[in-house]
Amino acid sequence: MDITGLTINQIKKGLRNKDFSAVELCQCFLDGIKKKNKEIFAFLSVDEQGAILQAEKIDESISKNESLPSLAGVPCAIKDNILVEGLKCTAASKMLENYNAPYNATVVGKLKKEGCVILGKTNLDEFAMGSSTENSAFGPTKNPNDPSRVPGGSSGGSAAAVAADFAPFSLGSDTGGSIRLPASFCGVVGLKPTYGAVSRYGLIAFASSLDQIGPLARNIEDCQTIFNTIKGKDPLDSTSVEFPEKGKEDIKIENLRIGVPKEYFVEGIDPEVEKTIKEAILKYEKMGAKIEEISLPNTEYALAAYYIINPSEASANLARFDGIKYGFSEKNAKNLFEVYSKSRGKGFGKEVRRRIMLGTFALSSGYYDAYYLRSLKVRTLLKNDFENAFKKVDAIFTPISPVLPFKIGEKIEDPLSMYLVDIYTVSVNMAGLPALSLPVGKVGNLPVGLQIIGKPFQENNILEIGKRFYE
Amino acid sequence: MISKKEVEHVAQLARLGLSDNEIKEYQKELSQILDYIEKLGKADISDVIPTSHALEMKNVSRKDEPDLSSAETVKKLLEAAPDLEDNYIKVKSILK
Repeated sequence: MDITGLTINQIKKGLRNKDFSAVELCQCFLDGIKKKNKEIFAFLSVDEQGAILQAEKIDESISKNESLPSLAGVPCAIKDNILVEGLKCTAASKMLENYNAPYNATVVGKLKKEGCVILGKTNLDEFAMGSSTENSAFGPTKNPNDPSRVPGGSSGGSAAAVAADFAPFSLGSDTGGSIRLPASFCGVVGLKPTYGAVSRYGLIAFASSLDQIGPLARNIEDCQTIFNTIKGKDPLDSTSVEFPEKGKEDIKIENLRIGVPKEYFVEGIDPEVEKTIKEAILKYEKMGAKIEEISLPNTEYALAAYYIINPSEASANLARFDGIKYGFSEKNAKNLFEVYSKSRGKGFGKEVRRRIMLGTFALSSGYYDAYYLRSLKVRTLLKNDFENAFKKVDAIFTPISPVLPFKIGEKIEDPLSMYLVDIYTVSVNMAGLPALSLPVGKVGNLPVGLQIIGKPFQENNILEIGKRFYE
Repeated sequence: MISKKEVEHVAQLARLGLSDNEIKEYQKELSQILDYIEKLGKADISDVIPTSHALEMKNVSRKDEPDLSSAETVKKLLEAAPDLEDNYIKVKSILK
């Protein structure tokens, strides 16, 4: 039996029944990574020693018949912009190539407390800026379904790690689609939680009003288990909130009203993607759900407003990388200004510099009103669009991406064409809503993801809705 | 199209050392992106209040007290600095 293919529940059962030990399980995953990571490059670093040590502790508890935490011995992979104490955290940037995390992110602390075994850190677009994982300073991740294609981004390493059976689940971060797009491109389940549902403490800040950490997994149950483990208010993140706990929601498909926004099925969508998504929607209709065409009238402005707000916040957040406090520092500098400009000029890659430039421009005197303030107002319109839609429907179904996984190198020279890949995902971050990326079919060997958008804090609802697809 | 001078000015504001070639490249790319963003001009934003944050939150504060349990973390944070002397981070002189 291949134990790298087991679900979280199967792992728990197997460990309890002593079908295998935590060390054996961990070793199986490490062997797989050793064999195939060179080709896929999902991991930037693998903590073999640390992982085995964590697994040994679990085995010791099992042998002593001690009560086990809820995820004892379950291996996982963490995106390399989330801090794991003692391990390098590079954000896939030369700027942080030698940076050792001085503490755990809150989500990592929670996973460790529940007994998870951290296998290593996964590749991403530098500082999570990108849609293909090609912007990593250490090389691109390949899509396990077709290694000539991108895995999506920015959490491409986290999605590829799950798709390649390197780990049963992983953590990613989503600022404008960075969990959902790679989940869709790699054919795994990915959840972008409601803004504030999961602590961002220990996540390297990118665009703070949009960033959220979330899980990627092989199936919805595992995704749900991890979400419920990492959610909740954290005194170390003042934007996190107490998750409103409701009783177990029993979703009745025949009472479900699903909205399909007409603005998401216009020119630019790959006809094969459109067909796959429409078939998935039809499946829900056949199960008895009511499908309604809805309108999100300001959709056409979403991407433009996003690509002002995102770089503006990024330019402010990344001001901390100054060559002085930590990270890359240029030794050959005559004065303080040169320490800043040379460290930043050399330490940051092309896309990161592009966004800092764009954001600094949008926030600079004379342009602030025309770009930044206008974008914040458009953000209100986008939020209102969703609020109005959710008066009539319980969930909104859309594609995750207008295109199938593209070839490595296809879009990297044309930044605008890369930004356009995010067209269906950014509005969700602007409105702070939860959204699921669900694999619902394939075109050839390339997966297609359905996006299920819910009302704030209705993660467990959209996860339950997603489960019905496979029944 | 934004001018070369403008790009240089923004790079200076952002403390980003760019080569002449990079300045030219960003001039072209930023212009292209800003052309796309022009479409925001069509959105009807009259009487719309800006949203800077998805959650409606008031200021969140905590007591201003030192957390002595974090001494070990403080040590590690300092160790991450490229140039350190007696627990101080060293910078180039600012005053001439």
